[in-house]
Amino acid sequence: MPETQKPRTLFDKVWDAHVVERLPDGTCVLYIDRHLVHEVTSPQAFEGLRMAGRAVRRPEATLAVVDHNVPTADRRNGISEPQSRLQVETLEQNVAAFGVPYIPLLDARQGIVHVIGPELGASLPGMTIVCGDSHTATHGALGALAFGIGTSEVEHVLATQTLLQKPAKNMLVRVDGTLGRGVTAKDVVLAVIGRIGTAGGTGHVIEFAGSAIRALDMAGRMTVCNMAIEAGARAGMVAPDETTFAYVRGRPFAPQGAALEQAIAYWRTLPSDAGAAYEKTVALDATEIVPMVTWGTNPEAVVAITGRVPDPAAETDTARRAQMQRMIAYMGLQPGQEMQSVPVDVVFVGSCTNGRIEDIRAVAAVAKGRHVAEGVRALVVPGSGLVKQQAEAEGLDRILREAGFEWREPGCSMCLGMNPDQLAPGQRCASTSNRNFEGRQGPGGRTHLVSPAMAAAAAVTGHLADVREMS
Amino acid sequence: MDAFTKLTAVAAPLPMANVDTDKIIPARFLKTIKRTGLGVHLLDTLRYDESGAERPDFVLNREPYRKAQILIAHENFGCGSSREHAPWALRDFGIRCVIAPDFADIFFNNSFKNGILLIRLPRAVCDTLMGDAGMGGNARLTVDLARQVVVRPNGEEIAFEIDPFRKHLLLNGLDDIGQTLQHAPQIESYETRRRAEKPWLPSIAI
Ligand code: SF4
Repeated sequence: MPETQKPRTLFDKVWDAHVVERLPDGTCVLYIDRHLVHEVTSPQAFEGLRMAGRAVRRPEATLAVVDHNVPTADRRNGISEPQSRLQVETLEQNVAAFGVPYIPLLDARQGIVHVIGPELGASLPGMTIVCGDSHTATHGALGALAFGIGTSEVEHVLATQTLLQKPAKNMLVRVDGTLGRGVTAKDVVLAVIGRIGTAGGTGHVIEFAGSAIRALDMAGRMTVCNMAIEAGARAGMVAPDETTFAYVRGRPFAPQGAALEQAIAYWRTLPSDAGAAYEKTVALDATEIVPMVTWGTNPEAVVAITGRVPDPAAETDTARRAQMQRMIAYMGLQPGQEMQSVPVDVVFVGSCTNGRIEDIRAVAAVAKGRHVAEGVRALVVPGSGLVKQQAEAEGLDRILREAGFEWREPGCSMCLGMNPDQLAPGQRCASTSNRNFEGRQGPGGRTHLVSPAMAAAAAVTGHLADVREMS
Repeated sequence: MDAFTKLTAVAAPLPMANVDTDKIIPARFLKTIKRTGLGVHLLDTLRYDESGAERPDFVLNREPYRKAQILIAHENFGCGSSREHAPWALRDFGIRCVIAPDFADIFFNNSFKNGILLIRLPRAVCDTLMGDAGMGGNARLTVDLARQVVVRPNGEEIAFEIDPFRKHLLLNGLDDIGQTLQHAPQIESYETRRRAEKPWLPSIAI
């Protein structure tokens, strides 16, 4: 371990604390504290263990759940789609054979892996957390180093509780100032991606800092870190503080009592030292951020809701111009079209980006006393069973149902459409998820990424709308 | 993983450039839960017609190449997506070694992770070896990894380059996991230290 005197970043500190060994070429054997497992990227990893006669090194450091494939309609009678059912059953056989803790489909704690990790206290500050899923970055909101891995690496972690990794570079994204009314964490991260681009963070771990990030609750910080991957970064992180500690307190798997106080004392040492060096720094003024909406098929193709679809003719770079034209054509838009004039067919509220209770409250606040516009289908898919329970305890499901929203069972759902929740070709969706790639929500589907409040505004008006104009 | 030391086997000539991962294993076979069983779909669109019947003239459908363990191809083999299913399909078919002028990056890494030796040789040499391979079952090639040579049926030896670390892993049958497990004592002492320093780190029990 390098006991350097040099000021270190949050990332440096968490990294250094997990280096088991540094190999001559700079590759590190990195210890993994928490491994989250789901049904889609794990079958071949377990099969690999079986073929090599290996065990799971630390089952108690692992937590498995089904989320990607599961239907969000009533599922007491099981999963009808055969391939989805097979993947779920395979995970169930694997966790039983290898002794891995597992939250079954009908358990109230089931949900999207990146929602339940923090919610259950399985993800904690200062940890290394991995999952065979790129949006593992979400857990970085706690001040953890959390990143996605491939199937061979899933097997590697199962067998060794470590990964072979080289350290990433440090990038600082500062957002200072106060967010305006109706402007949320989702708008912040979309604005960041709009600024630095989808490759702006490549090779880096982004630390989000500044007064606007400090002022976010944990749900908001998770939304921001979740989409660090959409800026190309390996991971996103926010330094743990009193907001973090208050969030962790009392979570089922989190330490309690004296153990928690001991943990907090350690977590207080994690924030970046004054003078720590970053390879890249970007600063945004929170007061200038407005509600954002994507117009294209990657998350950097984003504008203010008050803006227009850009005109490719104004783009001098020919490759970029061609890409803009392709995106505008796929999305069925016109150059110069006002974003607020774009009608929607579907509204999707959910995903690991915006499927938490705070997000559902924001949707219900807009929906209350209003109704989903004629011809629009609006789904609310809670991120977990516990989120669903909480929402129902608060009466939010009733508000949403009365306003014409569908109230579903938890899972990834229309974020990636591996289950029956899919867009039809040509359908246009205002979605609180994180990826607007071609066909992501169903073949031919068109996705506009927005915040939960903006999704609700689109649902009740029938078009992309500025939530700030709704009283 | 089983070690790769010396392989004497039938080699199949595939005189094509830019054999991409979609050709090696089409996207529709990715919903599998296994990394085995993909061999039957290796090079699916080249091997089978629309009705699913074998194309009799395709090399892997002919004797003795049905049992080929070496594949010889042209430039940029394995380009395209990062799917690990591509080396899984090759390996499941029985291919342990691919010889080509060059390979796509991600495929290169994925193949070694799955115990497949990739050998870069100039185009002219690949063509010579394809000529040898075309002679069929009596014309086996030998790949001797320790000595870093490919031995032609006439006994001529052709030297090849390989990264020493990759060679070490293959010769000893070490996958990344096997490699990391050589550090098991260090992992154990890290775990002991960690338990003492961070006793609050929770275990999961459902
Ligand atoms: S909600 Fe979407 S982004 Fe998140 S884990 Fe599920 S599929 Fe991936």
